[in-house]
Amino acid sequence: MPETLNLTANHHERDLHQIEVYERLGGYRSARRALTAMTPDEVLETLESSGLRGRGGAGFSMGKKASFVPKGTMDKYLCCNADESEPGAFKDRLLMQRNPHQLIEGCIIGAVAAGANKGFIFIRGEYELQAKILDAALVEAYEKGYLGADLFGSGTPFELVLHRGQGAYICGEESALLDGLEGKRGNPRLKPPFPANQGLYQGPTLINNVETLCNTPAIIEKGAEWFAAMGVDKSTGTKMVSVSGNVQRPGNFEVELGIPVREIIYGLAGGPPEGRELKCFFPGGSSAPVLTKEHLDLPFTYEAMAEAGSMLGTASMIVVDDSQPLVPLALRLAGFYRHESCGKCVPCREGTVWTVSMLERVDSGEATPMDLEIMAEVQQNIIGNCLCVLGDSMAMPIGSMIKHFRGEFEAHIERARAANDLEHLPARGAGELAAAAEAGPI
Amino acid sequence: MDRRRFPLGWDEAVDLDREPALVPDPAEVEVPAALRASIEAAMGRYPDTRSATLPALAAAQQVHGWCSPEAMHQVAAVMGVTPAFLSSVATFYDMLRTEPSGSRYVYVCTSVACHLRDAKAVYDAIAEQAREQDLEGVEVREFECLGACDMAPMASIDGRFVGPLDPSDAEELIGAVKAGREILPGRGLEDADYRLPWSEERS
Repeated sequence: MPETLNLTANHHERDLHQIEVYERLGGYRSARRALTAMTPDEVLETLESSGLRGRGGAGFSMGKKASFVPKGTMDKYLCCNADESEPGAFKDRLLMQRNPHQLIEGCIIGAVAAGANKGFIFIRGEYELQAKILDAALVEAYEKGYLGADLFGSGTPFELVLHRGQGAYICGEESALLDGLEGKRGNPRLKPPFPANQGLYQGPTLINNVETLCNTPAIIEKGAEWFAAMGVDKSTGTKMVSVSGNVQRPGNFEVELGIPVREIIYGLAGGPPEGRELKCFFPGGSSAPVLTKEHLDLPFTYEAMAEAGSMLGTASMIVVDDSQPLVPLALRLAGFYRHESCGKCVPCREGTVWTVSMLERVDSGEATPMDLEIMAEVQQNIIGNCLCVLGDSMAMPIGSMIKHFRGEFEAHIERARAANDLEHLPARGAGELAAAAEAGPI
Repeated sequence: MDRRRFPLGWDEAVDLDREPALVPDPAEVEVPAALRASIEAAMGRYPDTRSATLPALAAAQQVHGWCSPEAMHQVAAVMGVTPAFLSSVATFYDMLRTEPSGSRYVYVCTSVACHLRDAKAVYDAIAEQAREQDLEGVEVREFECLGACDMAPMASIDGRFVGPLDPSDAEELIGAVKAGREILPGRGLEDADYRLPWSEERS
């Protein structure tokens, strides 16, 4: 099964970032239709029945989320989450860079559905090029009257502002994003109240990922049935998949949900380098628990990934081949979350620090196999105990690595202990250890 | 009283014997006209002017090279907030420099996906070259995922994404940064002819 191009169908067009080109290819027709020929309820209904799920990681129904925003004439906000900072994710970068007007049109449609009169695109500060492109596109859209006080002559106002972050992973969490937008430190908020009721400036707010919003123009144009016919069950439509790590052809691919994982890793991305084999992979960014060879034939859907004990998340596949020792990888991963923890909740702030120190002990051979037990326990004490899922995002993959590759961790300790001339302590299950030592290099 | 002193940055200003700084009197603070205009424009974009904190600090950093005490003082005067509020924000965000480490940057991604493609070697080579060529005024650091894992290992030089990199690129990269030349022409994401080395293999 090859790629199914929907979002990226026009990406080969020259100068697609210019409004003339985008319009010539049918752009802004859906936004115009949503504003002039449809009622907000019809837009909402179309989005909901398309089965479009949030593409930012959580996978919640976009239409449902928009329907939680209360009706009424108060100031309401739309926030587009373009703070793509998940290690392994780079799909939004491509969408914004190649086709910025698609996102702007998506924002307009999202705003119609939520009744929002003001919108913000929160883009991460590191994306300088993409911010420049979006800025230029916004100017064009304002000039044409597609944004501003009177959209398409419908009398509806909608202002859209580009807000640049300054480098904080946590601002991708929706309530931290709101704090970042309000000019504060990006700390997640206690929920409820959810942003739909009390979000930006305490007003009702709809927050959607770039890819989610980019999907809406085609849904309005071609109808909910068209979208729902793609994919399987509750995973409808196409999905951008970013494949990185140890594969021959890393890159972005757009596939219909339900395609076998093997097809993505081996078919589209070319599989691990010559002579190497797949050891494990993160199916949905570095926050997703790792899966192994036995999961390669699962269909790539929200449900199948969840059933296998992981998640589809941002659909950013990081592939790890058999030449990669896991301990330094785990250390790098945990180090990232330690750095990015905002420090508001104790289990995350302390848990990430302790996990890194324990992994350092594993790496240097000072740890005992019992430390792996303690480490797994620390992960359990993080999960579900914080305001947001940043801590969980470290705890789940680290926990899954220990679960699937415990032998390798133990063997690593043994080997580092010997290399550093530390006192020998026998590991649990000597047979298991020997098998692990034979199976993979450290 | 023996207290640990920080030689750099406005951490030095954390003097427990002093009264906290109040909102500066706008009449008494000189702010470069362009910086003032840019902060005021940012304040005008949001329903709540405080939302302009990030763009304002970024603009001040452009002028001063880092979020120096003086820069914070100027932003505080224009926005009508306390310097303490601004420092709470500046310390949170990675791209806001709280030490005078250079007004330009070279961020080398060493996060998970780049790690798997040996980014550490690339970073070490770049850091080594920066030392060897006495690069000054540029902040060279490892950075968390920059969202370009297809180009891994990669680096961002003042927003220009280049990759995939090899340790052998370090000399030319740092040389170009130092001389102000275009950095690795044709290998930047924004270059018109940019292609990943393996993209033609794709059917």
